[in-house]
Amino acid sequence: MRVPISWLAEYVDLPAGASIADIHAALVKVGLEEEGSHDFDLTGPIVVGQVLEFVEEPQSNGKTIRWCQVRVAPEGAQAADGGADVRGIVCGAGNFFPGDKVVVTLPGAVLPGGFAIAARKTYGHVSDGMIASARELGLGEDHDGILRLSTLGLDPEVGTDALALLSLDDAAVEVNVTPDRGYAFSIRGIAREYSHSTGASFHDPVHRVTPVAGTGFPVSIHDEAPIRGRVGATVFVTRVVRGIDPTRPSPAWLIARLKLAGIRSISLPVDITNYVMLEFGQPTHVYDLDALQGGIVVRRAAEGETLETLDGQTRTLHPEDLVIADDSGAIGLAGVMGGASTEFGDTTVNVLIEAANFDPVSVARTARRHKLPSEASRRFERGVDPKVAQPAAARVVELLVELAGGTADDLGSLHHEHPEAGSIVLPFGYVQRLIGVDFTGDETASSLVEIGAEVEETSAGFVVVPPSWRPDITDKASLAEEVARIIGYDRIPSILPVAPPGRGLTVSQVTRRRTADVLAAGGLTEVLAYPFLTTAQNALFGSPADVEVPAIRVANPLDSEAALLRTSLIPGLIDIARRNLSRGLTDLALFEIGLVFTPEAGKAYGQDALPLGAALPSAEQLTELHAGIPPQPRHVGVLTLGNAVDKQPGQPAVAAGLADVLDVVRLLESALAIRIRVATGAHKAMHPGRTAELFVQTGSGDVSVGFAGELLPSLTHELDLPRVVAVAELDLDALMAAAGSTIDVAPISGYPAATQDLSLVVAASVPAGDVERAVAEGAGELLESIRLVDDYRGTGLPDSSKSLTFALRFRAPDRTLTAAEASEAKLAGAARAADLFEAAVRE
Amino acid sequence: MSEPIAITEQAVTDAVDAALAALESATDSVSLRAVRAEHAGENSALAAFNAAIKSLPGDQKAAAGKLVGQARARVNQAIAARETEVVALEEQQRLAAEAVDVTALASRRRIGARHPLSLLQDRIADIFVGMGWEVAEGPEVESEWFNFDALNFDADHPARAMQDTFFIDPPESHLVLRTHTSPVQVRSLLERELPVYVIAPGRVYRTDELDATHTPVFSQVEGIAIDKGLTMAHLRGTLEHFARQMFGEGAKIRLRPNYFPFTEPSAEMDVWQPNAKGGARWVEWGGCGMVNPNVLRSAGIDPDEFSGFAFGMGIERTLQFRNDLNDMRDMVEGDVRFSQQFGMVV
Repeated sequence: MRVPISWLAEYVDLPAGASIADIHAALVKVGLEEEGSHDFDLTGPIVVGQVLEFVEEPQSNGKTIRWCQVRVAPEGAQAADGGADVRGIVCGAGNFFPGDKVVVTLPGAVLPGGFAIAARKTYGHVSDGMIASARELGLGEDHDGILRLSTLGLDPEVGTDALALLSLDDAAVEVNVTPDRGYAFSIRGIAREYSHSTGASFHDPVHRVTPVAGTGFPVSIHDEAPIRGRVGATVFVTRVVRGIDPTRPSPAWLIARLKLAGIRSISLPVDITNYVMLEFGQPTHVYDLDALQGGIVVRRAAEGETLETLDGQTRTLHPEDLVIADDSGAIGLAGVMGGASTEFGDTTVNVLIEAANFDPVSVARTARRHKLPSEASRRFERGVDPKVAQPAAARVVELLVELAGGTADDLGSLHHEHPEAGSIVLPFGYVQRLIGVDFTGDETASSLVEIGAEVEETSAGFVVVPPSWRPDITDKASLAEEVARIIGYDRIPSILPVAPPGRGLTVSQVTRRRTADVLAAGGLTEVLAYPFLTTAQNALFGSPADVEVPAIRVANPLDSEAALLRTSLIPGLIDIARRNLSRGLTDLALFEIGLVFTPEAGKAYGQDALPLGAALPSAEQLTELHAGIPPQPRHVGVLTLGNAVDKQPGQPAVAAGLADVLDVVRLLESALAIRIRVATGAHKAMHPGRTAELFVQTGSGDVSVGFAGELLPSLTHELDLPRVVAVAELDLDALMAAAGSTIDVAPISGYPAATQDLSLVVAASVPAGDVERAVAEGAGELLESIRLVDDYRGTGLPDSSKSLTFALRFRAPDRTLTAAEASEAKLAGAARAADLFEAAVRE
Repeated sequence: MSEPIAITEQAVTDAVDAALAALESATDSVSLRAVRAEHAGENSALAAFNAAIKSLPGDQKAAAGKLVGQARARVNQAIAARETEVVALEEQQRLAAEAVDVTALASRRRIGARHPLSLLQDRIADIFVGMGWEVAEGPEVESEWFNFDALNFDADHPARAMQDTFFIDPPESHLVLRTHTSPVQVRSLLERELPVYVIAPGRVYRTDELDATHTPVFSQVEGIAIDKGLTMAHLRGTLEHFARQMFGEGAKIRLRPNYFPFTEPSAEMDVWQPNAKGGARWVEWGGCGMVNPNVLRSAGIDPDEFSGFAFGMGIERTLQFRNDLNDMRDMVEGDVRFSQQFGMVV
């Protein structure tokens, strides 16, 4: 809301010399946050001049200029810039005559945008100032010619300060009005709030007019389908003014105030309705009385009914839309926008003024449905004071009479069935208990009186009737807020409450934090990607197999290409890797821990109808709400590319690859105290020979928890990535679920170990990890550790076979092992490998 | 049979002298070992003298034994002394040979980093856990009921449009990307026994284009406390305690009236940042207030018995003014140089 200061000062006693900053400081104290300030960005000397004579001089460029002699000060007097009383000025416009009073910007003046005026040589003359157009003054859009003051109905003395004359010396503060405070979308509301903040006297603009009830104009409210049981129009006031002069201009002060308030001048009657809306907070509408056919009916639209609105668009109405109709059909969307057929026009002389109170929900829905947010709908949605309609209509009548030359007529109507605000019982001590300040009863009561409430003290407490302009005050908590706000939040002391002993972070929270710490300590940098994916990204990484994966779609994405929520962390990591690469960072090890969104195929989530607020839903409703939330497991994703170790003196570069992401898998094993089995895997986006599937053991067998591998080289090529990019993604929730709550610990034996090597020849295609597991299984409990130390192929071995050498360490818990015992266990391991993989011991 | 060796004083002295002379030229362990073998070993002259003693007549044995014994001791001592010198010398040479340029050694490990937004969330969690609070979490794709209705946002009230919401397709499913972490407050009230003191950190979403001060995906921390007898003074006390942990002892809180559907009274909070670069200042930090009775009712709590407060602030914004960062894009783009400035500390 923009508030011209001169206007504010009409209704609250501003201290002399109050600056914009002072006004902002006062308003922010009562909850109206500073948004900015506005002025005309002009400095003088800018004065009224009179064109004495001019000579037209055609120019070689085809233009004709006028070389004018302009009086800018009374004869013999000094002009405002200290110069002569008559000036020679070159003017390009042709819309004026000798004798016209105009606005002259003298040398030294600065126009909007920093345009400084100086005497300058042009078209063979020294132009000693400029004759200004309305647009050059920031007063309007009109640039067809210079501003002739007679068109504003003005005939001031030559030399008069034009800034003051045209109200161009005014400025406005802009404040943010929160959605609960519809009344603050008016000078009336802001003036009242300024008064609350500073104690300055408030003069209600409502009191400046005498409401008159017109009679005889037929109006009926006929709402057959109230929304939520609330009739669409509770107040409907009409008044008639006849004989207005449609050619009358809006006065400069009116244009200037509207302009500062952010509203463009259109025509005098429209400007007046906007002016009154800004002043009172009550939207009003002016109909061409002679274009109306019969009386007015306020009703819901008929199915398929159409209306051409003021913006020239023909709209098909919804049966929930509230319309103003005459015998011809709908002539306006109530509280949102008027219709074209009864619009005030160039020839309108008799007008009907409407000031009504429409149901906020009805207006909000209609404005949203037709994408027509307007100054009127903004106010109705937030609630308009139902008692201000009649005074506002009177104010419009008054201004039409005063400025447009009309005559007030008795014709009109008055419908007022707005429910009276109910009273609220405010128990003694309640405000103190909620706010934590020992306000006295007097302070409480007088604060509420100050905001306009009626307060009665009873044995049960204060019985409070909120003012008609505060529909947001509905309970004792909102009354407590008003008391605290009016007295000031600065009175609230600072007391640290003592919470009962808590459980600390949950196991899951600690584990996730540790996992992130371990990965960072392990050389990876944490990133946080946006979770929005394209269809192609989702198709590639949503599942390892060649199937389309369901994903959740955002209905209103910022980028329509990326409307899906991620089912995998890898695309986000790739995007971030590409961004880093584009910035010359060529060695990367990234990780992210975050949610992915994995709806089940064919399942619909959410629900059509939600429970109402402000009441506990039933157990069934709650179950349904919870069941409607799609699965959102937490994953950990890893990406490495470039060098794991840089080339350095005495150290060749070590390229990052699959081994690095498998090392990350081992870090995860340590961070989570679990075992992750690495097996040969396959994934459509991954290198077929360099991909592992990862498993954990659970009560119900081995469960796949993710994959690790190198991206397909064709993919990395397409993405402008280096050929080798290794990635891994694991379901962190599944890993945490697989971790036991306590760790099984074996006692440490102090007896000597027996170490032996075992070489086994197997087919080259058999994974070493499988052989290792078989040996361990066969060797039994005496085996303390097993490690693959060599993989030999070539001379001495059959084709397509390899020799795997394992270093085995045996130990018994209760004795020193003999070599024979160790050998026996080793051979048992070899035998198991022989059973499973036809492994032969290589001597 | 060879001639018996004559153990003369001269011969013994000669042998000793020869040994000492040889030692003089033994400058490393190899030559020292050779000297030891030649002059003190089994085949050395002194060993031969020693062996010959047993063949001497009885009356000469003692004198010869003494002579040879002293000579051997002298040689052995000299060898030992020389050995100490050689070992020390050789160790010195070895150390000299092993010297490296410590400023140019190869680095074998990558250095990683946490993201400062995650670290800041952890830090905030620690502050509240230290006060006995717990950390609650919830889904990011959320039902409108938890995100709006339960929080006293009427379906037709303009406040609902204030939060530029990402809706999930189809809109009739009434699912959204949560616009704040407040739905976790409601979930906590439904799931937990009273009193409740929890914070809810996490990711939230609004349809703002990315620029220096906005990002469509950001993180928040919100807190809610519901107990008997909680007042706005407790709200201020909690916020001031929190602010002091975050910004230093001189930090304090200023409250200004504002509006949020889920609190009444509502306030905008400013924090006094005593150690800000360029001087202490007030900074807008977040919103707060006393939990609206309708929110309590949504969770089946009697507002006449229990009251409480709630607050929330953006983690990005907090990081931005706490660490004097200009551009929010640095926090979301994933440029590793950004996180690596923080390492493991925020």
